[in-house]
Order: sequence, then C-alpha cells, then structure tokens
Amino acid sequence: MSKTIAVIDYGMGNLRSVSKAVGHVADAGDRVIVTDEPDKILSADRVVFPGQGAARDCMAAISDHHLNKAVLDAAHSKPFFGICMGLQVLMQFSEENDGADLLGLIPGHVTRFPDDHVVEGQHLKIPQMGWNRVHQESAHPLWEGIDQDSRFYFVHSYYVVPEDDSLVAGTTDYGVNFASVLARDNLFATQFHPEKSADAGLRLMKNFLNWNI
Amino acid sequence: MLAKRIIPCLDVDAGRVVKGVKFVEIRDAGDPVEVARRYNEEGADEITFLDITASSDDRDTIVHVVEEVASEVFIPLTVGGGIRTTEDVRRMLNAGADKVAINTAAVFNPEFVKEAAGRFGSQCIVVAIDAKKVSGENEPLKWEIFTHGGRKPTGLDAIEWARKMVDYGAGEILLTSMDRDGTKIGFDLALTRAISEAVSVPVIASGGVGELQHLVDGVVEGAADAVLAASIFHFAEYSIGEAKQYMAERGVEVKL
Repeated sequence: MSKTIAVIDYGMGNLRSVSKAVGHVADAGDRVIVTDEPDKILSADRVVFPGQGAARDCMAAISDHHLNKAVLDAAHSKPFFGICMGLQVLMQFSEENDGADLLGLIPGHVTRFPDDHVVEGQHLKIPQMGWNRVHQESAHPLWEGIDQDSRFYFVHSYYVVPEDDSLVAGTTDYGVNFASVLARDNLFATQFHPEKSADAGLRLMKNFLNWNI
Repeated sequence: MLAKRIIPCLDVDAGRVVKGVKFVEIRDAGDPVEVARRYNEEGADEITFLDITASSDDRDTIVHVVEEVASEVFIPLTVGGGIRTTEDVRRMLNAGADKVAINTAAVFNPEFVKEAAGRFGSQCIVVAIDAKKVSGENEPLKWEIFTHGGRKPTGLDAIEWARKMVDYGAGEILLTSMDRDGTKIGFDLALTRAISEAVSVPVIASGGVGELQHLVDGVVEGAADAVLAASIFHFAEYSIGEAKQYMAERGVEVKL
C-alpha cells in the first residue's frame, strides 16, 4: 500500500537531504511531502521531524508555524522519526541558550558536552562532528539488518538525558556515554543524521518506512 | 569513539574536476558527479567540492553538481570557493550541501562569518584558513593568513585568526598550509597541532599529502580531527579504502 511520509518543515535547517534520503528508500508510489501544514502532517501515514540550530530558535520556529499541537499529536499517533534537534526538542528542558523549555513529550533534559574534556590525551572537540558508533541497547524493528555498533554521522554539542533509561535504544561514547537514540511506542528519535549516514542510515530509514506498530 | 575522518577534495572548474583523474572504468573521468559517486562507494567520510571557477558565468555549474551528487550520495557534502554572501550560502545548502567553506570573504569581511553562522547555524559554517610560515630559523614559530592562493599576506596571525573565526561562529576549521600545498611532502604538523589545540571546534588538515603515512601523521602528530587530500586519491594512487586500512593498522580510529 502506498504511503504518505510528511517531513515537517518549520524553517530550521535544510530539509532537502532528509526528503531526498526518505525518497531514496521509499517504495514506488509512496509520497514524500515537505510541509509546515498541521493538516497534512496529521493526515500523513508517517512523520519525519528533523531540526538544526539552537534549541530556543527551534522552539520559536515550531511555535511560529503553529506546529506544537500537530507535532505532539503525530508523535502520539503514528510512526514518528525525530532527527537531531528533532530528538532534543521532544524533551522537557534544554540547558542551551541559558535554558529553554521544550515540547516536554519525554521526561528529561538536554545538556552540553563538558568543555576541555580530555580522553586518552586528546582534547574532545565540540561539536562532536563525524562518524561514531551507536550501541543498540534494545531490540527494535528499526535496528533490523544494522550491525551492532555501526557508525552514524553526528553533528552536535548537546545530548539528551531521559529520566527513564528504558527509553534508550542506542548509546554512543564521546567522552561521556550518552543516549543517542530514544524509542517509545510509535516514536524513534536519533541524535545522529541517518540521512547523512550512508548505508546504515538509509537502512534505518527504510526500516522506519516498513515499521508496523 | 568518534572516528577520524578522511575527506577527498575535488577541485571543480566550470563543472569539471581538474588536476586530472585516472579512474579505471569511469567513462568521463572529469565528471565530478562520477568521481563523488566513486569516493562514496570507497567509503569516504565526507566529500568536499572546491569551486575554482574563475568566470562568474560558470558558477551555476557547481550548484548543479551538488544537486546531482546530493540526490544519490548520502554522506556530508561541503562546498567552498566563491562563497561571499548569505545568499551564496543559502543556494549551496538548498542545492544539497551540508556545509559551506568560507575563505577569502572571511578575511575581507569577518562579520560575514557571524552573519552566516547566525542565520544557518555553526554546524554548516566551515572557515577555510590558508596559512604560511613567516618565522625565520631560531625564531618562535609563527604563521600568517594569506589570500590569493598564497600570494598575498594579510598580516593576520593564523592562531589568533582561527580563534576569532570560532568566536564568530565557525563550526569547523579547514586548515591549509600554503607552504605544503601541492608538495606531497606531508602536512605542516606544527601548524596543524598549534591550530587544533588553540580552538574548541574540529580541524581538518589540508595541504601536502603525498603518501598514506602523512594522513596518520596528520591525526597523530598534528592532532587533526580530519584529513583532506586531493591528488593521492584523484590519481588513484590509493583508494579511500586503502587509506583507511593503513590508518587503522597504525592505531587510528576510522570508519571502515
């Protein structure tokens, strides 16, 4: 059956690569739409929620586009994939920008990598930029066909700290061992960019499109 | 842990890869889309396009190249060369670039870096620094920023400049030693380490790679977070896979 996949566009970041990657793994007949319209988001079969930039700017942009309710509704009701800031803004609170309230869908907060962190004689750079391993902490349909500890592409200075450890579907070591993937019911969200993570990332997106909850 | 990145760089002139390319089995050896496709298949961590087109009439070609590559290559793409306005940045990002490298425009108008980072986010703003050693023998090491392919000095100290660009919002530094560029004798490791230790953001070492050991030296001795090379990959002296294997055997963490 053909599906409609909505990529939520709230003006934060370049969505072309996300929609291209989704389109690349979609079945013939599937429709990928990039939209900021709540109706279209809510009528789509699946939703991808990307995001880049600072927490406060993202929250302001979601609000300016009147998307708070649509995002929350979609995140409760249908296969929902958050990417990067699209993971972080699901939490309650971020330390970025001297503190920013977030959507509050998942209990927990967002914190920054420690400055001047030295591991094995190497000063860890912020942002973390590049390919790091994701350790799959739990079995999940979206991990199908993806090797344990596969590498994905990250670009971020902040990471999520959920209150409920059982939501952590993947962890990554960057001086601190942090939650790089959260999963709950119909929701799956990654700190890394699957749309920039070559074969492993494409497989993950493919699995998302095939995910039956 | 995070892997050190290997970034092949394509110099593109009016839509063609220059410096000559000799891949077997690629019909149009100078087509940047085909070269990028091959690098992706070989396991490149990112790809950088440097547009060296002189004529402004031909500048649109790089946009089409990026569009085409971005529709089938799902790794980060950086575009540099001729990025002077936020409109230039926007066009490249819309075409499918993940990052843009700002070079000369940053020197002449540092506020541009601030503006671009403010509008598009630091994660997509790379500042390219061309540095040349200006200290004599027995003097403390000192490097200066040069423009126009290393011909024009600016009087700017390279370390101070790198710090300033990070303060202005650069998310990454692409550091090229103009003394080493094209020499194939290896990176300027002292310069690379000095800049890498001076800034909080990742540093990509560039300029001088002639053999695989140079890549290892760049990350081990130069403390670079990524290494960029053009000719050793273009001339198919080594594949990206061979480079990564070599680095891994010498204890460098890479994505294999």
